[in-house]
Amino acid sequence: MASFKPTKVQTYPKLGEKVTEDALYWKNYKAPVQIKEFGAVTRIEFSPLPPHNYVVTASTRIQVYGPHSQEPLRSFTRFRDTAYGGSFRSDGKLLVAGSEEGIIRLFDISGRVALRQFAGHSKAVHVASFLSDGFRVVSGSDDLSCRMWDVASSTELSSYTEHTDYIRAAAISRLNPDLFITGSYDHTVKVFDARLGGSVMTLQHGHPVESVLLYPSEALLVSTGGRYVKVWDLLKGGQQLVSLKNHHKTVTCACLSTTDNRLLTGSLDRHVKVYNSSYKVVHSFDYAASILSLAVAVMHFEDLVAVGMTNGVLSVRHRKHSEDKQETVGRKRRGPAYRMFVKGKNYVPKQDDFVVSKTIKQHLQKYDKQLKSFQVSKALDTALQVNVKPDVTIAVMMELNRRGTLRNALAGRDEKSLTTLLQFLLKHITDSRFSRLLMMVADIIIELYYQVIPQAPIVERLLQRLMEVLGREAELQQELLQVLGVLDTLFASLTPRKEVMGPTATPIMQESQLQAA
Amino acid sequence: MVEQTDIRVVRCGGSKICFSTPILTNDSRFLICASGDSVKVFSTRTEECVHVLHGHANQVTGVALNPANHLQVYSCSLDGTVRLWDFIDGILIKTFTVGYKISSIYVSNKHIGVIFIILPMQSNENGEHFQLVAVRLPSALEQELEARELSAVLSDVSPVPACTAFGQGGDYIASAKGLQLCVYFFRKQKTYRFKLKATDKKGARNAFTCVACHPKDDCIATGHQDGKIRLWRNFNQKKEYTYSTQHWHHNAVSALCFSPEGMHLLSGGVESVLVQWHCKEVNKKNFLPRLGGAIAHICVSPDGQMYSTSHTNNKITIISSFRVSAVIQGLVKGGSVQTDLMIDPRTKALVLNGKPGHLQFYSLERDKQLYSLDIVQQEYIYQAGLDQFEVVKAALDGTASWLATVEQRGSKISSLEFSLKLWSFNEKAQSFELNTTITAPHQNMITAMCFSPAMDTTMLVTVAKDDQFKVWLLGSDLDEQKKQASWSCEHLGSYHGLQPTNCCFSGDGSLLAVSFAEVVTLWSPDTWELLTTLCQPPGTIEDLCFGRLSCSKYLLGTTTKNLLCWNLLTCALEWSTSMDVCVLRTDPLSENVAAFCHNSGKTDLFVFRPSEPRPLFTQKAVCVGRVQRCIFVPREDPLDSCDEWSQWLNRSRLHFLTEQMELLTFSTRAEDERILNSRKELLVDDSVAMTPFYLLLGKHRQQQQEKQTSVPSQAADRAQLPQGCVAIRELLHTPAHVLPPASFLCSVFLNSLLISNTGGRDEKELPEQEVDSEKEEVDSEEEMEMNNGPQGVRTQGSVGEAPPSLSRAEEKELRRLRKTDFSWVTSLTSS
Repeated sequence: MASFKPTKVQTYPKLGEKVTEDALYWKNYKAPVQIKEFGAVTRIEFSPLPPHNYVVTASTRIQVYGPHSQEPLRSFTRFRDTAYGGSFRSDGKLLVAGSEEGIIRLFDISGRVALRQFAGHSKAVHVASFLSDGFRVVSGSDDLSCRMWDVASSTELSSYTEHTDYIRAAAISRLNPDLFITGSYDHTVKVFDARLGGSVMTLQHGHPVESVLLYPSEALLVSTGGRYVKVWDLLKGGQQLVSLKNHHKTVTCACLSTTDNRLLTGSLDRHVKVYNSSYKVVHSFDYAASILSLAVAVMHFEDLVAVGMTNGVLSVRHRKHSEDKQETVGRKRRGPAYRMFVKGKNYVPKQDDFVVSKTIKQHLQKYDKQLKSFQVSKALDTALQVNVKPDVTIAVMMELNRRGTLRNALAGRDEKSLTTLLQFLLKHITDSRFSRLLMMVADIIIELYYQVIPQAPIVERLLQRLMEVLGREAELQQELLQVLGVLDTLFASLTPRKEVMGPTATPIMQESQLQAA
Repeated sequence: MVEQTDIRVVRCGGSKICFSTPILTNDSRFLICASGDSVKVFSTRTEECVHVLHGHANQVTGVALNPANHLQVYSCSLDGTVRLWDFIDGILIKTFTVGYKISSIYVSNKHIGVIFIILPMQSNENGEHFQLVAVRLPSALEQELEARELSAVLSDVSPVPACTAFGQGGDYIASAKGLQLCVYFFRKQKTYRFKLKATDKKGARNAFTCVACHPKDDCIATGHQDGKIRLWRNFNQKKEYTYSTQHWHHNAVSALCFSPEGMHLLSGGVESVLVQWHCKEVNKKNFLPRLGGAIAHICVSPDGQMYSTSHTNNKITIISSFRVSAVIQGLVKGGSVQTDLMIDPRTKALVLNGKPGHLQFYSLERDKQLYSLDIVQQEYIYQAGLDQFEVVKAALDGTASWLATVEQRGSKISSLEFSLKLWSFNEKAQSFELNTTITAPHQNMITAMCFSPAMDTTMLVTVAKDDQFKVWLLGSDLDEQKKQASWSCEHLGSYHGLQPTNCCFSGDGSLLAVSFAEVVTLWSPDTWELLTTLCQPPGTIEDLCFGRLSCSKYLLGTTTKNLLCWNLLTCALEWSTSMDVCVLRTDPLSENVAAFCHNSGKTDLFVFRPSEPRPLFTQKAVCVGRVQRCIFVPREDPLDSCDEWSQWLNRSRLHFLTEQMELLTFSTRAEDERILNSRKELLVDDSVAMTPFYLLLGKHRQQQQEKQTSVPSQAADRAQLPQGCVAIRELLHTPAHVLPPASFLCSVFLNSLLISNTGGRDEKELPEQEVDSEKEEVDSEEEMEMNNGPQGVRTQGSVGEAPPSLSRAEEKELRRLRKTDFSWVTSLTSS
């Protein structure tokens, strides 16, 4: 006597992207906190020292926020025109910023008034930064020059006019106080050495450079500009490692997450993309407006992503660490001890013991038990309960169909059970994995009950909704087919004539592309 | 063409064992059933076939125990004979020739020397009307007898054996046909007939299907077409008979049987549930569900301990104490073999679809189903007219490490459900495990599939009615989330929207041929590039195969009218002949190709090589009707026939399935003789089942016992030898770390052996000297002793080897004695 074979629940392929650890990590960021600034947020920078306050440059103001506060801790408003490129010194106590009128100001973090003003640039200064010794400031300006200033004497130490267009990006080396890198709209990135008094390396980015970024090891350099993000190996004499083209508008900013060296880029296309160490996009954030500035901080209790946009909104996302999360879940109620379940089961029989084998009882699900005893209607009821997964419900329906008893199971239902059935249909009938069977179920239901439907207004309403859903789905499918037709002609014109396989292989590619889209 | 008489077509097992009701012997140790034109005796404990009783020339239709001697059995057959057998020894005792086609046999304790058989009425020869006839068996001593003493009992009876039964103590016999039940009382010599209406108000179908009589009571149970069981009483008169009705079965009751004491009534039908009704309490029933296959016959052992049910899928289930205790499974042959025949290289078993949703592995040599692989993995509902999943295609790759199956349900495209499953062989579990399930791999039915024979890739090609062929490849990327690699679609191809019909890989897997309607396309499996197309005279290509070995440059194809052969080097048609080929198959071990051609109702066989214009072998009219499938089965030990006509059978056998689902094969005369000889050797005179275990152990032990009784003293002596010795016991029981070095032990060990051999004959007075003398010889004799050592131990089992070894030892000893210095004797005598 063979034992009863339980209903086989089909496993369906998971739709959508694969869930990776990266995706989980980045998904864990909470909904952003929005702070309205006065103008486009052009630069955000975190203080290198705890508590990791960050400076936000927007319009004529530079404001310092704490990691938790939504109100600025401090603001510097002594700018006559737009301020640019607010940047901390490595000790987090001094702040430097350029401005539209070409004057570079240096602030004490606790003061209000500028400690120093470096005048000399004839046009707007978009970037200004301390060198890593902390006594000199580098600035890049629209007057095509790049200057170095002494903080103590507020004098200009040197000026480099190697770029032929606006200088809009700069990065300083943390390991060598004499090295700094500038990026310009003349499509080049130059590495300067203050000791030699000129550039030592020139990298051709190929597009106006919007930002440059050095890896902490300072072997790799990231430059962004146009739609491209390029990574250069400085130790190999500036060889290009990769060129990434994942944005469809100009990439304006880039930053590194300090813990695991994930690269983040923000673009005018309103996306922030996260790359892993092999430069594959692992996650992407959407924002409401074009992104101008981006900064990430990883602190020991939480992580933070701050993004500044053209519409003057500063958006800050927080991410709690997982250990904090576990605490919030709270203690679970303790069930019976493990010992209770293994009681007597781990007894090993001795050599002379006579072992009486116990027949292993087959455990069946409730619907299987009902199917075993041919109670088809009850089995369907069980499968339609709320806590049952739709896969299982579909499997039971398929089993009933195979047994030729689906009609019997659907017949003779009252208003309540018919409602649950129709609600299930409404929810899942457009799912391509189930639709074939569910269409048949819907057909049978209508056929069985069409005479009594007017007596039950709830059922009638549900059926009308079902009709609407199906109508919408049909329209959608038609549109999809139209798109497919358009793509077909496109691909047909693209493929060379001589290939025999061309026309037949392309539809599948299109389908996969559609799915991806 | 010369007809070769040396090669003949023989049936090779796989016959039905569920054709008629089997019988259980009085001691419930054996089950006897008709199987084709022989009677088989199975052991109920081991499920093994103990004897095959050959002798009948046609289908055996019934078996019955001889009421006079419970160790003898009658069998009747369509060849018009009744034979009496001794089933313990497997000997034919007597043959009674009746001269008519016998469709069933009945015996009763009250009518000893008389058997009751059902024959076609003499009046009409087309065999529509049958009669029950009593035959008095002549009691002469000759083996071959003619039984001509016939007396008709009942006329116009049903030929179905289940429709007739003997009543209480053999007083009456009941038979049902259509809507009428006849009861014949022997004492009164009177027949009573009871009729039922064809249908009553509730639309019941009242036709009788089977009859059983209560053994202790005047009660007849009848089964009906609509699943009702009626219990008839008081039927010894025309008017006042009564019946009660029970209804559980939802389809026709196909078998009914009372237990010997009349306590229970057993019934079975298409539901595959054995129902045990309690005769005293009418509403109490016991069920034994899911026996597998519709129940065709039920039989009960005379002591009532054991039941057996025969199922239509060629299976007999033995039930003791209402629990399944053994299953005897033959080759399952449904309506058609939808999967092709395959050979599993591991077990040398024939693989084809078995019971619904299963793939069976059938051993041709042992005529036994080895196991059945559940493909569909769904509960089979035993209900007539239900469309359920069937295995329609199956393919094994070259090493049988992968199995691909297609299961399908529904025939119309709207209701078609089918899936492709890929199974990997698990070495540890020694069975196939499901690896990948692909639901709806194509838009429409799969018509053919094949694995690539190339060693380095695992590739499957499926061809379907949706005008495409798909290539499936085992994924090599082992993701960390997935435990094992799974199959996925690698490529899909089509050719001008034509419907592909068949596909085939070349022997080395470097070419794939797919036939699209009338065109054969050749593809390169590396690049999936269309290499060339081969056209031919009109007609859709049905079968395709590449030549093997030296003929691998040829591609063979068949259409409904022609057999075609292309040369792939020139891409041109090499030759073609006009014949209607049903099946085309290549021998994997040689260049030979077998083609079965349908020709005016008969099928002819041609065996040829693609390179030679002349066929190697032809046989006209192999069988009636079209041949369904055929396969070359590699032989275990090749024949060494030099005859040109039978050479093609040297390395493999050709098996084929006819339209009547008979499994036939070709046999040469030499082979027949060899089988006959081996059968004589295997003739066992013991009632114990002939299992492999028995052959290994039982026989061996018996011999040993015999020998021991014949030479008790010697055997006892020898048996004591190793364990009895103190030195060896010490050696075995002392822990290894306390033992002295092996070099020291060696001499002691050898010493102990020598002492035991010389026994008491040696003088014990001067052991030191003996040891000395032995030490001299140890070096020279060591090797010989080492050889003798294990032999000595082994001789316990087979004493046959003992005398020569003993004599050698004696010889050695004599030599030693001769060498020994006997001077000390003189010194003794002098002192």
